Amino acid sequence: MESWFRLLFLVLPALAFGLSGCAATKNLFGWGDSETPPPAEIPEGQIIEMEVQRREIKEPDIDSEDFEIGAFVGVMSIEDFGSNVVYGVRLAYHVTEGFFVEGSVGQTEGGLTSFEILSGGAPLLSDSERQLTYYNLNVGYNILPGEGFVGEGRAYNTALYVSAGLGSTRFAGDDRFSVNFGAGYRFLLSDSIALHVDFRDHLFDIDLLGEEKTVHNLEGSFGITVFF
Amino acid sequence: MSERNTTTIPSTPRLTRFPGSAAAILLLLLSQAASTAVAQAAGEYRTVAVADPYLELHTGPGVGFPIFHVIDRGETVEIIMRRTDWFKVRGPKGTEGWVDRAQMERTLQPTGSQIEFAQANQQDFTDAKWEFGLLAGDFGGANIISLYGGYSLNPNVSIEVWGSQILGNFSNGWMGSVNVVHETWPEWRFSPFFTLGAGVIHTEPKSTIVQGEDRTDQIAHAGAGFRFYATRRFILRAEYKSYVVFTSRDDNEEVEEWKVGFAFFF
Repeated sequence: MESWFRLLFLVLPALAFGLSGCAATKNLFGWGDSETPPPAEIPEGQIIEMEVQRREIKEPDIDSEDFEIGAFVGVMSIEDFGSNVVYGVRLAYHVTEGFFVEGSVGQTEGGLTSFEILSGGAPLLSDSERQLTYYNLNVGYNILPGEGFVGEGRAYNTALYVSAGLGSTRFAGDDRFSVNFGAGYRFLLSDSIALHVDFRDHLFDIDLLGEEKTVHNLEGSFGITVFF
Repeated sequence: MSERNTTTIPSTPRLTRFPGSAAAILLLLLSQAASTAVAQAAGEYRTVAVADPYLELHTGPGVGFPIFHVIDRGETVEIIMRRTDWFKVRGPKGTEGWVDRAQMERTLQPTGSQIEFAQANQQDFTDAKWEFGLLAGDFGGANIISLYGGYSLNPNVSIEVWGSQILGNFSNGWMGSVNVVHETWPEWRFSPFFTLGAGVIHTEPKSTIVQGEDRTDQIAHAGAGFRFYATRRFILRAEYKSYVVFTSRDDNEEVEEWKVGFAFFF
């Protein structure tokens, strides 16, 4: 650490010197004010004026990993219909270090309502109508990026994020406009592989049991994603 | 770096006679490369030389991650990958860390010229050919979620293909349409546009409603809106469209639509 400070103190005066007009430093590194010398007069007899053009490589081939794709599995509760296993896939695009947009598709199944169990009568829904499938389009923000430490020698990048969005849920024979919001924790095993723990609430209106009401459907899931 | 290249260095011919001379040449070359701040790209990664007094390495791709290492001016680093505006680099001693774009732009290529990293800006917002987006809003009292893809014929005129899902209280459906969009001032950050289009709409009554049947009708629409350049490849967009649905009944239906959303250009 100390040597870095020493270097820093050595380098800073060098920079100051460079900025104050040391031509050699400028030519060597190409920074500072670009003082273009006045065009040299063409000597008599020379008829060709040389034009040297520097080749600029504008777009270097650097592996850009802003997309994240993965699968998740967890438990989702459908209001009045019990909890069941939910699974799905998720695709995210990281716009900045903070913001990302995300699309997800998930599927679960509703159980029997308490009414159906107690009355023992005809079921409210057919088996295919009990399937719940949703898609969501969300905007998320990495609210608390940081590092997680495992023991003495290992550090992993992590982020606590929030996300909210809208989509459509197919349940009980109809597509329903739904909104969702939630929070999750991303734990990066490496720069390209991440583990997720995610909790969210899916809301939609349903009029299946007489009057129309807004239902909350909580979902907790565990996922793994790959950046590409 | 092949050995054949190294023999072309005039000051090292004698070394080639000794075993293990390749390593010696390599070392010599490396020191030479460092001293002139010019390095050949070694291996699969792009190599750049540090031109700032020092390059700051963060532990992660974000401003909050601490700086744990610095690489001095003149030394070379390999660029391993990029995430948003952060670059993962490997220093001469194998130390890996994340550097922000502003600092990376002050590094030098092996040719000695300054490096430029692709970064979408407002000019690309005007000139970009492809655009993909997502909008949501109100379609005659129902909710609507739309995805679209657009292709610019020139900065002013583009063609868009839209697919929408409509989720109402009494009926659901989908709609597909093709639009022509005209931007009057495409170079403005806040760029208004006008649009005309045609397509089809399919509606099906909800299962709790007894009467009614599925219908597919043709539609035509006119509209206006604006695109706003937010950051990087990101656009915010809002629009109003007035639809005419050519029903098989005597009267045509008119529907108004309001939507907001975001899009990306490429």
